[in-house]
Amino acid sequence: MATKLRARTHRRISPTSESRLVQWILIGIAFVFMAIILLMPLYAVFHEALAKGLNTFFAALVEKDAQAAIRLTLLVAAIAVPLNVVFGLAASWAIAKFEFKGKAFLITLIDLPFSVSPVISGLVYVLLFGAGSFLGPFLKSYGIEVLFALPGIVLATIFVTFPFVARELIPLMQDQGTGDEEAALSLGANGWQTFWRVTLPNIKWGLLYGVLLCNARAMGEFGAVAVVSGKIRGQTTTMPLQVEMLYNEYNATAAFALASLLALLALVTLVLKSALEWRYGDEIAASGK
Amino acid sequence: MSAAVSPAPRKGLSFRQPSVIPGFGLTLGFTISYFSLIILIPLIALAIRSAGLGPEGFWKAATDARVLGALRVSFVTALIAAGINVVFGTLIAWVLVRYRFPGRRIFDAIIDLPFALPTAVAGIALTAIYAPSGAIGAIFAPIGWRIAYTPVGIVIAMIFIGLPFVVRTIQPILEEVSNEVEEASATLGASRFQTITKVILPSLTPAILTGFALAFARGVGEYGSIIFIAGNIPFVSEIAPLLIYIRLQEFNYVGASVIATVMLLISFAMLFAINLIQAWSRRRYGYGH
Repeated sequence: MATKLRARTHRRISPTSESRLVQWILIGIAFVFMAIILLMPLYAVFHEALAKGLNTFFAALVEKDAQAAIRLTLLVAAIAVPLNVVFGLAASWAIAKFEFKGKAFLITLIDLPFSVSPVISGLVYVLLFGAGSFLGPFLKSYGIEVLFALPGIVLATIFVTFPFVARELIPLMQDQGTGDEEAALSLGANGWQTFWRVTLPNIKWGLLYGVLLCNARAMGEFGAVAVVSGKIRGQTTTMPLQVEMLYNEYNATAAFALASLLALLALVTLVLKSALEWRYGDEIAASGK
Repeated sequence: MSAAVSPAPRKGLSFRQPSVIPGFGLTLGFTISYFSLIILIPLIALAIRSAGLGPEGFWKAATDARVLGALRVSFVTALIAAGINVVFGTLIAWVLVRYRFPGRRIFDAIIDLPFALPTAVAGIALTAIYAPSGAIGAIFAPIGWRIAYTPVGIVIAMIFIGLPFVVRTIQPILEEVSNEVEEASATLGASRFQTITKVILPSLTPAILTGFALAFARGVGEYGSIIFIAGNIPFVSEIAPLLIYIRLQEFNYVGASVIATVMLLISFAMLFAINLIQAWSRRRYGYGH
Protein backbone atom coordinates (compact mmCIF):
# COMPACT_ATOMS: atom_id res chain seq x y z
CA MET A 1 0.00 0.00 0.00
CA ALA A 2 2.41 2.62 1.18
CA THR A 3 5.56 1.08 -0.17
CA LYS A 4 6.54 4.24 -2.01
CA LEU A 5 6.42 6.35 1.10
CA ARG A 6 7.63 3.84 3.61
CA ALA A 7 11.28 4.51 2.91
CA ARG A 8 10.82 8.26 2.79
CA THR A 9 8.84 8.70 5.96
CA HIS A 10 11.20 6.62 8.07
CA ARG A 11 13.32 9.32 9.58
CA ARG A 12 13.83 11.00 12.91
CA ILE A 13 13.46 14.76 12.67
CA SER A 14 12.91 16.62 9.44
CA PRO A 15 11.19 19.77 8.30
CA THR A 16 8.51 17.66 6.68
CA SER A 17 7.55 15.73 9.75
CA GLU A 18 6.51 16.37 13.31
CA SER A 19 8.66 16.00 16.38
CA ARG A 20 8.67 12.59 18.00
CA LEU A 21 6.62 13.94 20.92
CA VAL A 22 3.87 15.31 18.71
CA GLN A 23 3.85 12.03 16.78
CA TRP A 24 3.33 9.99 19.92
CA ILE A 25 0.60 12.31 21.19
CA LEU A 26 -1.29 11.97 17.88
CA ILE A 27 -0.76 8.21 17.83
CA GLY A 28 -2.03 8.11 21.41
CA ILE A 29 -5.21 10.06 20.60
CA ALA A 30 -5.89 7.90 17.53
CA PHE A 31 -5.33 4.73 19.50
CA VAL A 32 -7.57 5.74 22.42
CA PHE A 33 -10.38 6.73 20.04
CA MET A 34 -10.04 3.47 18.12
CA ALA A 35 -9.93 1.44 21.34
CA ILE A 36 -13.06 3.07 22.77
CA ILE A 37 -15.07 3.05 19.57
CA LEU A 38 -13.97 -0.27 18.01
CA LEU A 39 -12.20 -2.53 20.49
CA MET A 40 -14.50 -2.09 23.48
CA PRO A 41 -17.63 -3.33 21.68
CA LEU A 42 -15.70 -6.31 20.35
CA TYR A 43 -14.45 -7.15 23.83
CA ALA A 44 -17.92 -6.59 25.32
CA VAL A 45 -19.43 -9.26 23.02
CA PHE A 46 -17.11 -12.00 24.28
CA HIS A 47 -17.18 -10.72 27.87
CA GLU A 48 -20.98 -10.80 28.03
CA ALA A 49 -21.18 -14.13 26.20
CA LEU A 50 -18.94 -15.81 28.77
CA ALA A 51 -20.30 -13.89 31.78
CA LYS A 52 -22.19 -16.91 33.09
CA GLY A 53 -19.55 -19.48 32.34
CA LEU A 54 -18.71 -21.82 29.50
CA ASN A 55 -21.59 -24.21 30.16
CA THR A 56 -24.24 -21.53 29.71
CA PHE A 57 -22.36 -20.32 26.65
CA PHE A 58 -22.36 -23.70 24.92
CA ALA A 59 -25.90 -24.48 26.05
CA ALA A 60 -27.04 -21.31 24.26
CA LEU A 61 -25.27 -22.38 21.07
CA VAL A 62 -26.67 -25.92 20.88
CA GLU A 63 -30.19 -24.80 21.69
CA LYS A 64 -32.69 -25.88 19.02
CA ASP A 65 -33.69 -22.46 17.70
CA ALA A 66 -30.11 -21.22 17.75
CA GLN A 67 -29.09 -24.22 15.64
CA ALA A 68 -31.92 -23.53 13.21
CA ALA A 69 -30.80 -19.90 12.97
CA ILE A 70 -27.20 -20.94 12.26
CA ARG A 71 -28.35 -23.35 9.55
CA LEU A 72 -30.59 -20.72 7.94
CA THR A 73 -27.81 -18.12 7.95
CA LEU A 74 -25.41 -20.55 6.26
CA LEU A 75 -28.05 -21.54 3.72
CA VAL A 76 -28.91 -17.93 2.83
CA ALA A 77 -25.23 -17.03 2.37
CA ALA A 78 -24.68 -20.21 0.32
CA ILE A 79 -27.35 -19.04 -2.14
CA ALA A 80 -26.83 -15.27 -2.14
CA VAL A 81 -23.02 -15.14 -2.36
CA PRO A 82 -22.60 -17.41 -5.44
CA LEU A 83 -25.33 -15.50 -7.28
CA ASN A 84 -23.56 -12.22 -6.60
CA VAL A 85 -20.25 -13.79 -7.67
CA VAL A 86 -21.75 -14.73 -11.04
CA PHE A 87 -23.16 -11.23 -11.35
CA GLY A 88 -19.85 -9.67 -10.30
CA LEU A 89 -17.93 -11.68 -12.91
CA ALA A 90 -20.41 -10.86 -15.67
CA ALA A 91 -20.57 -7.17 -14.80
CA SER A 92 -16.81 -6.75 -14.54
CA TRP A 93 -16.25 -8.65 -17.80
CA ALA A 94 -18.70 -6.43 -19.66
CA ILE A 95 -17.41 -3.23 -18.06
CA ALA A 96 -13.67 -3.88 -18.00
CA LYS A 97 -13.16 -5.63 -21.33
CA PHE A 98 -15.35 -3.43 -23.52
CA GLU A 99 -15.94 0.22 -24.30
CA PHE A 100 -19.58 1.16 -24.60
CA LYS A 101 -21.89 4.08 -24.01
CA GLY A 102 -23.34 4.52 -20.56
CA LYS A 103 -20.56 2.58 -18.85
CA ALA A 104 -19.94 5.14 -16.11
CA PHE A 105 -23.65 5.28 -15.44
CA LEU A 106 -23.79 1.49 -15.15
CA ILE A 107 -20.96 1.54 -12.59
CA THR A 108 -22.85 4.12 -10.54
CA LEU A 109 -25.99 1.98 -10.71
CA ILE A 110 -24.13 -1.07 -9.41
CA ASP A 111 -23.10 0.88 -6.31
CA LEU A 112 -26.67 2.05 -5.79
CA PRO A 113 -27.64 -0.53 -3.10
CA PHE A 114 -24.93 0.92 -0.84
CA SER A 115 -26.84 4.16 -0.57
CA VAL A 116 -30.16 2.47 0.19
CA SER A 117 -31.01 1.96 3.86
CA PRO A 118 -31.18 -1.77 4.70
CA VAL A 119 -34.73 -1.34 5.96
CA ILE A 120 -35.72 0.08 2.57
CA SER A 121 -33.97 -2.84 0.84
CA GLY A 122 -36.35 -5.13 2.71
CA LEU A 123 -39.34 -2.85 2.27
CA VAL A 124 -39.20 -2.94 -1.53
CA TYR A 125 -39.72 -6.73 -1.49
CA VAL A 126 -42.60 -6.41 0.95
CA LEU A 127 -44.23 -4.00 -1.51
CA LEU A 128 -43.47 -6.32 -4.43
CA PHE A 129 -44.65 -9.57 -2.86
CA GLY A 130 -46.78 -8.55 0.12
CA ALA A 131 -50.52 -8.13 0.55
CA GLY A 132 -51.98 -5.71 -1.98
CA SER A 133 -49.29 -6.44 -4.54
CA PHE A 134 -49.84 -8.20 -7.83
CA LEU A 135 -47.08 -10.78 -7.58
CA GLY A 136 -47.62 -12.00 -4.01
CA PRO A 137 -51.14 -13.44 -4.35
CA PHE A 138 -50.27 -14.75 -7.84
CA LEU A 139 -47.28 -16.75 -6.56
CA LYS A 140 -49.23 -17.83 -3.51
CA SER A 141 -51.88 -19.42 -5.73
CA TYR A 142 -49.07 -21.64 -7.00
CA GLY A 143 -47.97 -22.40 -3.45
CA ILE A 144 -44.86 -20.23 -3.56
CA GLU A 145 -44.27 -18.11 -0.46
CA VAL A 146 -41.74 -15.34 -0.89
CA LEU A 147 -42.37 -13.09 2.08
CA PHE A 148 -41.79 -14.46 5.58
CA ALA A 149 -39.97 -17.38 3.96
CA LEU A 150 -36.56 -18.31 2.55
CA PRO A 151 -36.92 -16.65 -0.91
CA GLY A 152 -37.65 -13.25 0.64
CA ILE A 153 -34.68 -13.50 2.99
CA VAL A 154 -32.41 -14.51 0.10
CA LEU A 155 -33.66 -11.67 -2.11
CA ALA A 156 -33.13 -9.06 0.62
CA THR A 157 -29.65 -10.43 1.28
CA ILE A 158 -28.77 -10.33 -2.42
CA PHE A 159 -29.95 -6.72 -2.56
CA VAL A 160 -27.71 -5.51 0.27
CA THR A 161 -24.65 -7.51 -0.86
CA PHE A 162 -25.21 -6.78 -4.55
CA PRO A 163 -22.18 -4.50 -5.25
CA PHE A 164 -19.48 -6.24 -3.15
CA VAL A 165 -17.94 -8.61 -5.70
CA ALA A 166 -18.49 -6.39 -8.73
CA ARG A 167 -16.87 -3.31 -7.19
CA GLU A 168 -13.76 -5.32 -6.25
CA LEU A 169 -13.42 -6.85 -9.71
CA ILE A 170 -14.26 -3.91 -11.97
CA PRO A 171 -11.24 -1.71 -11.10
CA LEU A 172 -8.96 -4.75 -10.94
CA MET A 173 -9.96 -6.03 -14.38
CA GLN A 174 -9.82 -2.51 -15.81
CA ASP A 175 -6.24 -2.29 -14.53
CA GLN A 176 -5.30 -5.57 -16.15
CA GLY A 177 -6.61 -4.56 -19.56
CA THR A 178 -7.35 -6.97 -22.37
CA GLY A 179 -3.85 -7.97 -23.52
CA ASP A 180 -3.80 -11.42 -21.88
CA GLU A 181 -7.22 -12.32 -23.25
CA GLU A 182 -6.35 -11.15 -26.75
CA ALA A 183 -3.20 -13.28 -26.66
CA ALA A 184 -5.16 -16.35 -25.55
CA LEU A 185 -7.78 -15.80 -28.26
CA SER A 186 -5.19 -15.32 -30.96
CA LEU A 187 -3.60 -18.63 -29.90
CA GLY A 188 -6.91 -20.35 -30.60
CA ALA A 189 -8.58 -20.47 -27.19
CA ASN A 190 -12.32 -19.98 -27.18
CA GLY A 191 -14.14 -17.55 -24.90
CA TRP A 192 -14.74 -19.96 -22.01
CA GLN A 193 -11.17 -21.28 -22.11
CA THR A 194 -9.89 -17.73 -22.04
CA PHE A 195 -12.05 -16.93 -19.05
CA TRP A 196 -11.22 -20.06 -17.04
CA ARG A 197 -7.50 -20.29 -17.84
CA VAL A 198 -6.45 -16.67 -18.27
CA THR A 199 -8.85 -14.20 -16.68
CA LEU A 200 -9.88 -16.17 -13.59
CA PRO A 201 -6.30 -16.95 -12.47
CA ASN A 202 -5.50 -13.25 -12.92
CA ILE A 203 -8.31 -12.09 -10.68
CA LYS A 204 -8.55 -14.95 -8.18
CA TRP A 205 -7.27 -13.04 -5.14
CA GLY A 206 -9.38 -10.00 -5.88
CA LEU A 207 -12.38 -12.29 -6.34
CA LEU A 208 -11.69 -14.00 -3.01
CA TYR A 209 -11.41 -10.58 -1.38
CA GLY A 210 -14.81 -9.57 -2.72
CA VAL A 211 -16.35 -12.90 -1.69
CA LEU A 212 -15.06 -12.46 1.87
CA LEU A 213 -16.67 -9.04 2.25
CA CYS A 214 -19.84 -10.16 0.51
CA ASN A 215 -20.12 -13.21 2.76
CA ALA A 216 -19.54 -11.26 5.97
CA ARG A 217 -22.34 -8.87 5.06
CA ALA A 218 -24.64 -11.67 3.88
CA MET A 219 -24.33 -13.58 7.14
CA GLY A 220 -24.58 -10.46 9.28
CA GLU A 221 -27.37 -8.55 7.53
CA PHE A 222 -30.04 -7.45 9.94
CA GLY A 223 -32.27 -4.57 8.82
CA ALA A 224 -33.27 -5.84 5.39
CA VAL A 225 -33.80 -9.38 6.61
CA ALA A 226 -35.76 -8.22 9.68
CA VAL A 227 -38.34 -6.61 7.39
CA VAL A 228 -38.98 -9.63 5.15
CA SER A 229 -38.45 -12.50 7.57
CA GLY A 230 -41.58 -12.27 9.72
CA LYS A 231 -39.35 -13.65 12.52
CA ILE A 232 -40.94 -17.07 12.86
CA ARG A 233 -38.84 -18.72 15.53
CA GLY A 234 -36.86 -21.72 14.33
CA GLN A 235 -37.97 -21.13 10.72
CA THR A 236 -37.24 -17.68 9.38
CA THR A 237 -34.88 -16.23 11.98
CA THR A 238 -31.31 -15.84 10.84
CA MET A 239 -28.54 -15.51 13.43
CA PRO A 240 -28.71 -11.71 13.74
CA LEU A 241 -32.50 -11.88 14.11
CA GLN A 242 -32.22 -14.61 16.73
CA VAL A 243 -29.75 -12.39 18.59
CA GLU A 244 -32.31 -9.59 18.60
CA MET A 245 -35.15 -11.83 19.78
CA LEU A 246 -33.11 -13.30 22.63
CA TYR A 247 -31.93 -9.85 23.63
CA ASN A 248 -35.45 -8.43 23.68
CA GLU A 249 -36.54 -11.37 25.85
CA TYR A 250 -33.94 -10.32 28.41
CA ASN A 251 -31.91 -13.42 27.66
CA ALA A 252 -28.77 -11.35 27.17
CA THR A 253 -26.26 -14.15 27.78
CA ALA A 254 -27.77 -16.33 25.05
CA ALA A 255 -27.99 -13.32 22.74
CA PHE A 256 -24.31 -12.52 23.26
CA ALA A 257 -23.32 -16.19 22.91
CA LEU A 258 -24.84 -16.28 19.43
CA ALA A 259 -23.48 -12.79 18.75
CA SER A 260 -19.98 -14.00 19.65
CA LEU A 261 -20.14 -16.50 16.76
CA LEU A 262 -20.89 -13.60 14.41
CA ALA A 263 -18.10 -11.56 15.99
CA LEU A 264 -15.76 -14.49 15.45
CA LEU A 265 -16.83 -14.55 11.79
CA ALA A 266 -16.02 -10.84 11.60
CA LEU A 267 -12.57 -11.44 13.10
CA VAL A 268 -11.82 -14.31 10.72
CA THR A 269 -12.96 -12.10 7.83
CA LEU A 270 -10.65 -9.30 8.97
CA VAL A 271 -7.67 -11.63 9.39
CA LEU A 272 -8.14 -13.24 5.96
CA LYS A 273 -8.76 -9.85 4.35
CA SER A 274 -5.60 -8.38 5.89
CA ALA A 275 -3.61 -11.49 4.94
CA LEU A 276 -4.78 -11.06 1.33
CA GLU A 277 -3.85 -7.38 1.39
CA TRP A 278 -0.39 -8.06 2.80
CA ARG A 279 0.40 -11.11 0.71
CA TYR A 280 -1.26 -10.27 -2.59
CA GLY A 281 -1.52 -6.49 -2.27
CA ASP A 282 -0.49 -5.94 -5.88
CA GLU A 283 -2.96 -8.44 -7.27
CA ILE A 284 -5.89 -6.82 -5.50
CA ALA A 285 -4.29 -3.39 -5.67
CA ALA A 286 -7.06 -1.73 -7.62
CA SER A 287 -9.45 -2.60 -4.83
CA GLY A 288 -9.28 0.71 -2.96
CA LYS A 289 -12.37 1.44 -0.91
CA MET B 1 -29.75 0.60 -23.72
CA SER B 2 -31.15 -2.90 -23.53
CA ALA B 3 -32.25 -2.78 -27.16
CA ALA B 4 -28.62 -2.77 -28.27
CA VAL B 5 -27.61 -5.63 -26.00
CA SER B 6 -28.48 -8.62 -28.13
CA PRO B 7 -26.53 -8.91 -31.36
CA ALA B 8 -23.97 -6.19 -30.77
CA PRO B 9 -23.50 -3.92 -33.76
CA ARG B 10 -20.28 -4.94 -35.48
CA LYS B 11 -19.50 -1.87 -37.46
CA GLY B 12 -20.23 1.78 -37.15
CA LEU B 13 -19.60 3.85 -34.08
CA SER B 14 -22.91 3.24 -32.43
CA PHE B 15 -23.20 1.53 -29.06
CA ARG B 16 -19.82 -0.01 -28.42
CA GLN B 17 -16.37 -0.06 -29.88
CA PRO B 18 -15.40 -3.23 -31.74
CA SER B 19 -13.32 -5.81 -29.88
CA VAL B 20 -12.06 -9.35 -30.51
CA ILE B 21 -13.06 -10.43 -27.00
CA PRO B 22 -16.26 -12.44 -26.93
CA GLY B 23 -19.10 -12.44 -24.45
CA PHE B 24 -20.20 -8.82 -24.51
CA GLY B 25 -23.86 -9.54 -25.20
CA LEU B 26 -23.98 -12.38 -22.69
CA THR B 27 -22.31 -10.57 -19.81
CA LEU B 28 -23.94 -7.18 -20.29
CA GLY B 29 -27.30 -8.81 -20.89
CA PHE B 30 -26.98 -10.82 -17.69
CA THR B 31 -25.76 -7.77 -15.76
CA ILE B 32 -28.68 -5.63 -16.82
CA SER B 33 -31.29 -8.36 -16.34
CA TYR B 34 -29.99 -9.23 -12.86
CA PHE B 35 -29.81 -5.56 -11.88
CA SER B 36 -33.35 -4.99 -13.13
CA LEU B 37 -34.79 -7.98 -11.29
CA ILE B 38 -33.04 -7.46 -7.97
CA ILE B 39 -32.74 -3.68 -7.71
CA LEU B 40 -34.66 -1.76 -10.36
CA ILE B 41 -38.09 -3.43 -10.38
CA PRO B 42 -38.36 -3.47 -6.55
CA LEU B 43 -37.40 0.21 -6.41
CA ILE B 44 -40.00 0.97 -9.09
CA ALA B 45 -42.57 -0.86 -6.96
CA LEU B 46 -41.69 1.53 -4.16
CA ALA B 47 -42.04 4.57 -6.41
CA ILE B 48 -45.41 3.38 -7.71
CA ARG B 49 -46.73 2.76 -4.21
CA SER B 50 -45.77 6.28 -3.09
CA ALA B 51 -46.99 7.88 -6.31
CA GLY B 52 -50.39 6.27 -5.77
CA LEU B 53 -51.04 8.89 -3.11
CA GLY B 54 -50.86 11.81 -5.52
CA PRO B 55 -48.73 14.89 -4.82
CA GLU B 56 -51.01 16.26 -2.11
CA GLY B 57 -51.41 12.99 -0.26
CA PHE B 58 -47.67 12.37 -0.52
CA TRP B 59 -46.85 15.80 0.89
CA LYS B 60 -49.31 15.30 3.74
CA ALA B 61 -47.86 11.92 4.64
CA ALA B 62 -44.27 13.13 4.33
CA THR B 63 -44.85 16.13 6.58
CA ASP B 64 -46.64 14.16 9.30
CA ALA B 65 -45.25 15.33 12.65
CA ARG B 66 -43.87 11.94 13.67
CA VAL B 67 -42.27 11.41 10.25
CA LEU B 68 -40.61 14.83 10.37
CA GLY B 69 -39.47 14.10 13.92
CA ALA B 70 -37.88 10.81 12.88
CA LEU B 71 -36.22 12.36 9.83
CA ARG B 72 -34.87 15.17 11.99
CA VAL B 73 -33.45 12.73 14.55
CA SER B 74 -31.81 10.65 11.79
CA PHE B 75 -30.30 13.56 9.90
CA VAL B 76 -29.13 15.58 12.90
CA THR B 77 -27.48 12.63 14.65
CA ALA B 78 -25.89 11.46 11.37
CA LEU B 79 -24.55 14.95 10.78
CA ILE B 80 -22.97 15.14 14.24
CA ALA B 81 -21.53 11.60 14.00
CA ALA B 82 -20.08 12.28 10.53
CA GLY B 83 -18.54 15.51 11.84
CA ILE B 84 -16.85 13.69 14.74
CA ASN B 85 -15.73 10.93 12.38
CA VAL B 86 -14.15 13.44 10.01
CA VAL B 87 -11.99 14.85 12.81
CA PHE B 88 -10.85 11.53 14.26
CA GLY B 89 -10.93 9.69 10.94
CA THR B 90 -8.55 12.23 9.40
CA LEU B 91 -6.28 11.96 12.45
CA ILE B 92 -6.29 8.16 12.27
CA ALA B 93 -5.60 8.18 8.52
CA TRP B 94 -2.74 10.63 9.11
CA VAL B 95 -1.22 8.52 11.88
CA LEU B 96 -1.54 5.31 9.86
CA VAL B 97 0.00 6.77 6.69
CA ARG B 98 2.69 9.03 8.10
CA TYR B 99 3.97 7.39 11.27
CA ARG B 100 5.64 4.08 11.95
CA PHE B 101 4.91 2.46 15.28
CA PRO B 102 4.55 -1.06 16.66
CA GLY B 103 1.16 -2.61 15.93
CA ARG B 104 0.41 -0.22 13.09
CA ARG B 105 -0.73 -2.95 10.70
CA ILE B 106 -3.06 -4.47 13.29
CA PHE B 107 -4.44 -1.00 14.05
CA ASP B 108 -4.95 -0.56 10.31
CA ALA B 109 -6.77 -3.89 10.00
CA ILE B 110 -9.08 -3.20 12.96
CA ILE B 111 -10.40 -0.02 11.31
CA ASP B 112 -12.46 -2.26 9.02
CA LEU B 113 -14.16 -4.00 11.95
CA PRO B 114 -17.46 -2.12 11.45
CA PHE B 115 -17.58 -3.42 7.84
CA ALA B 116 -17.27 -6.98 9.11
CA LEU B 117 -19.16 -6.97 12.40
CA PRO B 118 -22.92 -7.52 11.95
CA THR B 119 -24.83 -4.40 12.94
CA ALA B 120 -27.08 -6.19 15.44
CA VAL B 121 -23.98 -7.47 17.26
CA ALA B 122 -22.52 -3.98 17.34
CA GLY B 123 -25.86 -2.67 18.61
CA ILE B 124 -26.16 -4.94 21.64
CA ALA B 125 -22.44 -4.59 22.43
CA LEU B 126 -22.61 -0.79 22.38
CA THR B 127 -25.73 -0.90 24.54
CA ALA B 128 -23.96 -3.13 27.06
CA ILE B 129 -21.11 -0.60 27.28
CA TYR B 130 -23.12 2.62 27.38
CA ALA B 131 -26.12 1.51 29.46
CA PRO B 132 -26.09 3.03 32.97
CA SER B 133 -24.70 -0.26 34.29
CA GLY B 134 -22.12 -0.63 31.50
CA ALA B 135 -18.39 0.07 31.53
CA ILE B 136 -18.67 3.63 30.17
CA GLY B 137 -22.29 4.29 31.09
CA ALA B 138 -21.43 3.76 34.77
CA ILE B 139 -18.83 6.53 34.62
CA PHE B 140 -21.38 9.09 33.47
CA ALA B 141 -24.44 7.82 35.35
CA PRO B 142 -23.48 9.37 38.75
CA ILE B 143 -23.32 12.85 37.22
CA GLY B 144 -26.69 12.33 35.60
CA TRP B 145 -25.53 11.87 31.99
CA ARG B 146 -27.30 9.14 30.12
CA ILE B 147 -25.79 7.91 26.87
CA ALA B 148 -27.73 4.78 25.97
CA TYR B 149 -31.46 5.28 25.33
CA THR B 150 -30.87 8.93 24.29
CA PRO B 151 -29.87 10.58 20.99
CA VAL B 152 -26.27 10.54 22.27
CA GLY B 153 -26.39 6.75 22.01
CA ILE B 154 -27.52 7.07 18.39
CA VAL B 155 -24.52 9.29 17.66
CA ILE B 156 -22.17 6.73 19.27
CA ALA B 157 -23.57 3.92 17.12
CA MET B 158 -23.25 6.07 13.98
CA ILE B 159 -19.64 6.93 14.86
CA PHE B 160 -18.94 3.20 15.09
CA ILE B 161 -20.39 2.32 11.70
CA GLY B 162 -19.16 5.44 9.90
CA LEU B 163 -15.52 5.56 10.99
CA PRO B 164 -14.04 3.21 8.34
CA PHE B 165 -15.72 5.16 5.53
CA VAL B 166 -13.82 8.31 6.50
CA VAL B 167 -10.47 6.61 7.18
CA ARG B 168 -10.56 4.48 4.03
CA THR B 169 -11.48 7.45 1.84
CA ILE B 170 -8.71 9.71 3.14
CA GLN B 171 -5.94 7.11 3.49
CA PRO B 172 -5.22 6.43 -0.21
CA ILE B 173 -5.29 10.15 -1.06
CA LEU B 174 -2.94 10.96 1.79
CA GLU B 175 -0.56 8.31 0.47
CA GLU B 176 -0.56 10.06 -2.89
CA VAL B 177 0.17 13.56 -1.57
CA SER B 178 3.67 14.14 -2.76
CA ASN B 179 6.41 14.87 -0.30
CA GLU B 180 7.88 17.51 -2.60
CA VAL B 181 5.12 20.03 -1.98
CA GLU B 182 5.77 19.74 1.75
CA GLU B 183 9.48 20.18 1.20
CA ALA B 184 8.83 23.20 -1.01
CA SER B 185 6.56 24.67 1.63
CA ALA B 186 9.19 24.12 4.35
CA THR B 187 11.93 25.59 2.16
CA LEU B 188 9.86 28.70 1.64
CA GLY B 189 9.81 29.23 5.38
CA ALA B 190 6.43 27.82 6.36
CA SER B 191 6.16 26.31 9.81
CA ARG B 192 5.05 22.70 10.01
CA PHE B 193 1.63 23.84 11.20
CA GLN B 194 1.27 26.18 8.21
CA THR B 195 2.33 23.43 5.84
CA ILE B 196 -0.30 21.09 7.25
CA THR B 197 -3.16 23.59 7.34
CA LYS B 198 -2.36 25.45 4.12
CA VAL B 199 -0.79 22.80 1.89
CA ILE B 200 -1.81 19.32 2.97
CA LEU B 201 -5.34 19.82 4.29
CA PRO B 202 -6.59 21.68 1.18
CA SER B 203 -5.50 18.81 -1.04
CA LEU B 204 -7.29 16.40 1.27
CA THR B 205 -10.51 18.42 1.25
CA PRO B 206 -12.27 16.45 -1.52
CA ALA B 207 -11.44 13.17 0.23
CA ILE B 208 -12.60 14.53 3.57
CA LEU B 209 -15.87 15.74 2.02
CA THR B 210 -16.40 12.39 0.32
CA GLY B 211 -15.69 10.54 3.56
CA PHE B 212 -18.08 12.84 5.38
CA ALA B 213 -20.82 12.24 2.80
CA LEU B 214 -20.33 8.46 2.89
CA ALA B 215 -20.37 8.30 6.70
CA PHE B 216 -23.38 10.60 6.78
CA ALA B 217 -25.30 8.54 4.22
CA ARG B 218 -24.51 5.33 6.06
CA GLY B 219 -25.58 6.86 9.37
CA VAL B 220 -28.91 8.09 8.03
CA GLY B 221 -29.82 4.66 6.68
CA GLU B 222 -28.43 2.64 9.59
CA TYR B 223 -30.84 0.49 11.57
CA GLY B 224 -29.35 -2.56 13.29
CA SER B 225 -26.71 -0.97 15.47
CA ILE B 226 -28.99 1.90 16.52
CA ILE B 227 -32.32 0.43 17.57
CA PHE B 228 -30.88 -1.28 20.64
CA ILE B 229 -29.10 1.77 22.02
CA ALA B 230 -31.55 4.47 20.92
CA GLY B 231 -34.46 4.01 23.31
CA ASN B 232 -36.75 4.65 20.33
CA ILE B 233 -38.92 7.38 21.84
CA PRO B 234 -40.98 9.14 19.12
CA PHE B 235 -39.79 12.72 18.41
CA VAL B 236 -36.69 12.20 20.58
CA SER B 237 -34.77 9.09 19.64
CA GLU B 238 -36.86 7.40 16.97
CA ILE B 239 -34.91 7.16 13.70
CA ALA B 240 -36.52 7.20 10.25
CA PRO B 241 -35.62 3.57 9.31
CA LEU B 242 -37.26 2.39 12.55
CA LEU B 243 -40.41 4.35 11.72
CA ILE B 244 -40.50 2.59 8.32
CA TYR B 245 -40.28 -0.71 10.19
CA ILE B 246 -43.06 0.31 12.61
CA ARG B 247 -45.34 1.40 9.73
CA LEU B 248 -44.77 -1.99 8.09
CA GLN B 249 -45.70 -3.81 11.29
CA GLU B 250 -48.94 -1.80 11.27
CA PHE B 251 -49.48 -2.90 7.63
CA ASN B 252 -49.37 0.78 6.69
CA TYR B 253 -47.43 0.05 3.50
CA VAL B 254 -48.15 3.46 1.98
CA GLY B 255 -46.88 5.28 5.07
CA ALA B 256 -43.70 3.19 5.00
CA SER B 257 -43.24 3.86 1.27
CA VAL B 258 -43.50 7.61 1.71
CA ILE B 259 -40.76 7.75 4.37
CA ALA B 260 -38.62 5.42 2.28
CA THR B 261 -39.08 7.57 -0.82
CA VAL B 262 -38.09 10.74 1.01
CA MET B 263 -34.99 9.02 2.42
CA LEU B 264 -34.04 7.61 -0.98
CA LEU B 265 -34.41 10.99 -2.70
CA ILE B 266 -32.10 12.53 -0.12
CA SER B 267 -29.51 9.75 -0.36
CA PHE B 268 -29.52 9.90 -4.16
CA ALA B 269 -28.88 13.62 -3.88
CA MET B 270 -25.96 12.76 -1.58
CA LEU B 271 -24.64 10.22 -4.10
CA PHE B 272 -24.83 12.85 -6.80
CA ALA B 273 -22.96 15.29 -4.55
CA ILE B 274 -20.22 12.71 -3.92
CA ASN B 275 -19.81 12.20 -7.66
CA LEU B 276 -19.56 15.95 -8.18
CA ILE B 277 -16.91 16.25 -5.45
CA GLN B 278 -14.87 13.48 -7.03
CA ALA B 279 -15.17 14.91 -10.53
CA TRP B 280 -14.11 18.30 -9.14
CA SER B 281 -11.14 16.83 -7.27
CA ARG B 282 -9.99 14.93 -10.36
CA ARG B 283 -10.07 18.13 -12.36
CA ARG B 284 -8.37 20.16 -9.66
CA TYR B 285 -5.79 17.75 -8.28
CA GLY B 286 -5.53 15.15 -10.99
CA TYR B 287 -6.57 12.33 -8.73
CA GLY B 288 -9.66 11.11 -7.04
CA HIS B 289 -10.78 7.61 -6.61
